[in-house]
Amino acid sequence: MAILILAEHEHGAIKGATRAAVTAATQIGGEVHLLVAGHCCDGAAQEAAAIAGVAKVLVADAAAYVHPLAESLAELVAALARDYSHVLAGATSVGKNVMPRVAALLDVAQISDITEVIAPDTFVRPIYAGNAMATVKALDAIKVLTVRGAAFDAAGSGGAATLVPVPARPASETSRFVGQALTVSERPELTAARMVVSGGRGMGSSENFHLLDRLADKLGAAVGASRAAVDAGYAPNDCQVGQTGKIVAPQLYVAVGISGAIQHLAGMKDSRVIVAINKDPEAPIFGVADYGLVADLFQAVPELTGAL
Amino acid sequence: MKVLVAVKRVIDYNVKARVKSDGTGVDLAGVKMSMNPFDEIAVEEAVRLKEAGVVAEVVVASIGVPACQESLRTAMALGADRGILVETSHALEPLHVAKLLKALADKEQPQLVFLGKQAIDDDAGQTGQMLAALLRRPQATFASKVVVGGDGVEVTREVDGGLETLALKLPAVVTVDLRLNSPRYATLPNIMKAKKKPLETIAASTLGVDLAPRTQVLKVSEPRQRAGGVKVGDVATLIARLKSEAKVL
Repeated sequence: MAILILAEHEHGAIKGATRAAVTAATQIGGEVHLLVAGHCCDGAAQEAAAIAGVAKVLVADAAAYVHPLAESLAELVAALARDYSHVLAGATSVGKNVMPRVAALLDVAQISDITEVIAPDTFVRPIYAGNAMATVKALDAIKVLTVRGAAFDAAGSGGAATLVPVPARPASETSRFVGQALTVSERPELTAARMVVSGGRGMGSSENFHLLDRLADKLGAAVGASRAAVDAGYAPNDCQVGQTGKIVAPQLYVAVGISGAIQHLAGMKDSRVIVAINKDPEAPIFGVADYGLVADLFQAVPELTGAL
Repeated sequence: MKVLVAVKRVIDYNVKARVKSDGTGVDLAGVKMSMNPFDEIAVEEAVRLKEAGVVAEVVVASIGVPACQESLRTAMALGADRGILVETSHALEPLHVAKLLKALADKEQPQLVFLGKQAIDDDAGQTGQMLAALLRRPQATFASKVVVGGDGVEVTREVDGGLETLALKLPAVVTVDLRLNSPRYATLPNIMKAKKKPLETIAASTLGVDLAPRTQVLKVSEPRQRAGGVKVGDVATLIARLKSEAKVL
């Protein structure tokens, strides 16, 4: 029994979600192989080989994989998957895009966003926006899983896996990468940050949102947002924390001007310590916050920033 | 051009799901049900393409118990032309739904299939991708902008770092994200008109899809509850407690 993990990498570095998937794979048990698909991806392959717990790194280096197109990647993963008992990826936008396609090509079910490994065929995952946890047994021979990064520790370094080139499959002829507009930030990546400062509708404007930037810079935190703040244009889409955005579980989550709708709580309620700053003492966010401050955020946030 | 939109009837998004005490699932008895919010956005996008003259017909499909007709009538009140209910009382997984939708797509031959990016009950986020794989068609998931032109569709997607744009050849499968559009409200005259639109019912058993379970839910339990917190009086106390008690600063 061996486990294949679709690795995600950017600028030669392996993403945190992939390291979390390695930890999940170690809990399942069996030899762990990483698949690094990319173009001129030597750096990423080397870094993958150094992850503790990884036995082998399969390297598919071809122009077809310069962008992670689902059609091309799914064909590659499905072709390799026949030799494995489990195929995993992080539950990131790439993992969520590619893995169900892999599962269907293999004619097997997928279990999405697992948060716990009970047995090699049994996993826990949240349903209903995290309001219930389902323990699910996979009955198919090949188990296709996506792994919630916030639920597993990132595997460290110290491994010395062998690199094995694998042949590329023909590139997709029906889809083409046109371009991207990525949000530029000096701050830590939201899903991997040790601290997150998030703003909601209470921030009032995108200018006011910069109050959170200053607090985040003091803390070395990432900045998140509720859906209301994103829809109102105060913060970019990829900052959104919640059922339909990103799932985070930092050491400290500071919710500012966020009421705490169930869809938002689904994305952050596994944070170790939650602080809520809101002027409405009845806001549901206080029901999950370890420390609540009923105050006007326009006074409390600058005061907090100044005092740190 | 014909568009097929798949819609699911789910617990209303404002309702907090309650786990049954015997651990067999979530209690849906007497709970308000609605169309999955992402699917509403998918219907709206298809109707807008029709209004723009790009699409000739919008067919909406749902799979499940007879009550799913409500979702189809809602979609038709929003502007879909006709509905198809694939009726079954089987517990369905995304792979089953994708296979049943493939059978419908083979029959209807739509150029575009729109689905929501995930259903807010199972939160699986799989069906659109699986359908695209089974049809061997290109896919664009998490769409926040859709532009149809010539023999292709250009889709802007919400990805972890920001936005990404792909060009797909038609026919294609697109799953939609929240920011694609704001769905309209169904007006009373349109609700009345929707009652007269054609709604075909097909028994799932006639589509030749194996609905044997691929996964087994052993139990459904309450998530870990957080211990109740405290309210602090001022910023200084907050910082002090984060340092001494929570030890996060």
